[in-house]
Amino acid sequence: MRKYTPKDNVQGKSYYTDRYWVAPRIPRSKVEEGTHFEVVVDALGELSKESYVEIGQLIIHIDPKTNLETLTILKETCGYTQCSEQSAVDYLAKDGEFELFYQLLNITEALRVRVVCRIKDGEAIESVNSLYKSALFAEREVFDMFGIKINNHPFLKRILMPDDWEGHPLLKTYPMIGDEFASWYEVDKIFGKEYRDVIGPENRDQSRIERYDTKRFSRVGYEVPFNADISEGEKENPIEYSETVLVNYNKNSSKQLDERR
Amino acid sequence: MAQHQVNYASSAGLPIALTSVDKLVNWGRSNSLWPLTYGLACCAIEMMASGASRYDFDRMGTIFRASPRQADVMILAGTLSKKHSEFARRLYDQMTEPKWVISMGSCANTGGMFNTYATVQGVDRIIPVDIYLPGCAPRPETLQYAMMMLQKKIRRESANMNNNTKNSLRLV
Repeated sequence: MRKYTPKDNVQGKSYYTDRYWVAPRIPRSKVEEGTHFEVVVDALGELSKESYVEIGQLIIHIDPKTNLETLTILKETCGYTQCSEQSAVDYLAKDGEFELFYQLLNITEALRVRVVCRIKDGEAIESVNSLYKSALFAEREVFDMFGIKINNHPFLKRILMPDDWEGHPLLKTYPMIGDEFASWYEVDKIFGKEYRDVIGPENRDQSRIERYDTKRFSRVGYEVPFNADISEGEKENPIEYSETVLVNYNKNSSKQLDERR
Repeated sequence: MAQHQVNYASSAGLPIALTSVDKLVNWGRSNSLWPLTYGLACCAIEMMASGASRYDFDRMGTIFRASPRQADVMILAGTLSKKHSEFARRLYDQMTEPKWVISMGSCANTGGMFNTYATVQGVDRIIPVDIYLPGCAPRPETLQYAMMMLQKKIRRESANMNNNTKNSLRLV
């Protein structure tokens, strides 16, 4: 029998993972006193469950039931007049939850806030299109890609995939090259199911990575000379972070912004 | 090819050129191929460049038409998504016979780098293709070459399209 592999995160599988690579973590800092973000956190009060600053952006965790209330305060009292992005992240395999976020922009302060909430699988969330018109399309995309239902949305239908599509492609359970429905979609639609035999299955090239081939494949964060023989074992290198990730975003580094003002 | 020059010595001094119907018809067909303006992705930029003055498709008798009813070549230039495949096939069906198809670029040939759920893995799954043009994106010269290859192919064919062996997809 074939070995069982869990199907809850089929997209997370990669052909090759570098043994030495560690995902860099973005440093979090507290909301500093006297900043605009402190005003925002104070205005939200109890609505904000957790708040911190990441790369110059305020992150606020809220209860999903209070999303409309929170965004109303952010828009009307704190000046976050633009909702530039709204989407979700699938953490179903890890926590059984989706993480929904709203990325807001304050044009006068030139600052951004990300409002984050977590909903269980199958739960619906209230639409925010009464506040931000951009949410009309963004929420349709969330529905299309994750299957999250949006309450009180005037026209909730798929936006990217065809209307008769099955499945929600950004779920981790959805395979990257598509399920059976996806692989036969155009044949079924144009010719009908009986033409599957005539046309045949899709011929997909799987990209192949040779473990010890240093001629055609290079290493990220672990360089070896061109065409070096590494089949005997690899030399360990200390992990070095990219400098762009570890920039210390604080008061002093906002010089650029002051110059612009 | 039909003969353009009359050799008076060989045809008893009469202004007659002898040829076959196939050659005459194919001469006409191959020298005025009108492709459909159908850009799908970045290859369309190269296709536009081929049509513009520097590379100049017009000198080959190739003039882009905006309607499938007036076109006899379909250049599938770019990534064909599954959502759009239905409409690509409809445009192909709307073209009048005889018609030919050039699949331009890696994405149209095989799906290219888009090994995903949303991309048709080669347009020959839905439309019969005459010329596969490799490249990502192919340069305008390459598209010109593909058009010349198509001309060669047409000149080799029978004028009666029923005699030509075609992919079964054409008859659907």
